[in-house]
Amino acid sequence: MSRVELLSVHNYRSDGRRPKELRDISLSLGTHGHADGSALVSHGLTNVLVTVHGPREAKSRANTLFDRAVLSVNVDIPVFSGGQGGKRGRSDKRVLEFTSAIRQTFEPIVQTQLYPRSQIDIFVQVLQQDGGLLQTSINACTLALIDAGIPLTDYVCAITCALHDSTPLLDITSLEESDLPNLTAAVLPKSGKITLLTLETRIHVDRFEEMFTLAEDAGKVVHGEMLRAVTTRTERLVRAMEKGGVQDHSRTGIERPSARRAEMDIDMDDV
Amino acid sequence: MFSIISPSEPRFDNDVEGERRHGSKQKDAMDFDLDDSENVTSPGQFITSSATFMRGHGTYVDQEEVLASVAGTIERVNKLVSVRALKSRYTGEIGDLVIGRITEVAAKRWKVDVFGRNEGVLMLSSVNLPGGVQRRKLESDELQMRTFFEEGDLLVAEVHQFFNDGAISLHTRSLRYGKLRNGQLVTVSPMLIRRLKSHFVALHCGVDLIIGMNGFIWVSKHAKEFEGQSEEGFEAQAVYSNKNDDIDNATRTAISRVTNIIRILSRHSIPLTDSIIAQAYDWAMEQDSNEVKEMLTDDYGELMVQALLAFR
Repeated sequence: MSRVELLSVHNYRSDGRRPKELRDISLSLGTHGHADGSALVSHGLTNVLVTVHGPREAKSRANTLFDRAVLSVNVDIPVFSGGQGGKRGRSDKRVLEFTSAIRQTFEPIVQTQLYPRSQIDIFVQVLQQDGGLLQTSINACTLALIDAGIPLTDYVCAITCALHDSTPLLDITSLEESDLPNLTAAVLPKSGKITLLTLETRIHVDRFEEMFTLAEDAGKVVHGEMLRAVTTRTERLVRAMEKGGVQDHSRTGIERPSARRAEMDIDMDDV
Repeated sequence: MFSIISPSEPRFDNDVEGERRHGSKQKDAMDFDLDDSENVTSPGQFITSSATFMRGHGTYVDQEEVLASVAGTIERVNKLVSVRALKSRYTGEIGDLVIGRITEVAAKRWKVDVFGRNEGVLMLSSVNLPGGVQRRKLESDELQMRTFFEEGDLLVAEVHQFFNDGAISLHTRSLRYGKLRNGQLVTVSPMLIRRLKSHFVALHCGVDLIIGMNGFIWVSKHAKEFEGQSEEGFEAQAVYSNKNDDIDNATRTAISRVTNIIRILSRHSIPLTDSIIAQAYDWAMEQDSNEVKEMLTDDYGELMVQALLAFR
């Protein structure tokens, strides 16, 4: 067995990144027309599609709560996504834990009290995995919930951090994940609170603090990206709706001779 | 005719140019200090202080600050600040016209899916029963509720009131409301529906539209007015019938064309009004190829939207 060097002497990781460098993030919202909200998020090669349905009438009346909505999370990790250990069914222990981690992350953030007796379904589809699955899923859930117009008190931005000797590594691949102790933190950037922190191995408390503060900072960087994706999309849609609407003409009070109408369409963007 | 078309050609070009410029501008617009994005919010964003303003929908208060909880646009009415989400489920208002689908027949009521956060309720006492408005509801009516509405039936109704938990109660106590026949349903986001003078629209191509505030739109063959038919002469057979009338091919084509127009407009996030649909229909009829199925291609949609925006 040839051993891959996880961190070279020149401080480069196996995929050529620096220890604190994140992988490419791609965030797209509203990819799935049929759902109320959807998002496709990838961190490097890890790729997750989340669709949100609801708030809607609960399927079984026994599961409803009289004062708030119920969050239900479904996780699907197909074999082709490339995880270790073959097929994982819905009742697999690790999948169940993963599911409840996501649900518990979002329960305090989603303003469920606004929707009594309803249900919000979150479907997580893992398309491809290469480490940081929980982080990618949580980020995708945040964006899908925002896309669905469900009120959240804040963004939830998750990031994974591993420890190689005494160097913390951010946003790990599956190669690093299988060999190194690692933690996943979900940060609320507005309040600076943490809604989720998982760590499956024992590490020294001083090292932990270092990893944790680094993860907190990285979460804010991820937040910047998510904010940009959401704002760009919101602005584009608002503009499209104003352009087609009769409304904006009366509101901005712009009236011009018909010969110059085409230019008006351009100017409207600057208004 | 020619003189109208020829100047409009460069106009399209202009518009495309504008779009392109726009795309490049968008990259700079990611800064939050720009005036352009001032109105746009995302969850957790500070809007104003709660000491001077009241919080409305789409906002919450934390430490004397009013913060947004959804991505959308800020709306202010005097001291009330609210955020209108770009996309969300239908939240009813009393008097709204909605289209729904029966999901369940329960005791003395129907459950209706109106794309809200809960299912709407249509009470047996708030439908028109055969035999006139004044007729009393009998036990026999309760037993034959399925002869009026069955699971899966589509109906048009009005929002009557709200229950304590916010669920919607509907009524169909008008001859214009009731079961839908002779057409097809198309659904769009409720945000694209504007309040109109009348939500029953008769297009001149022999197609009727019923535009539900919940984003459900019924496109059907033109129905004769109910004039001359008094409330007394109300026939249960006609109102609660499950049979379609004969629809000729021309009408079927027109219905599909209108449906596709609505799909195109919704794909481009253009708010739907009766006038823009009528305009789009006229534009579609002027085109060389009148194949309805070709309308759903991206190119056709782009052309149509550009032409419609140039009209304005």
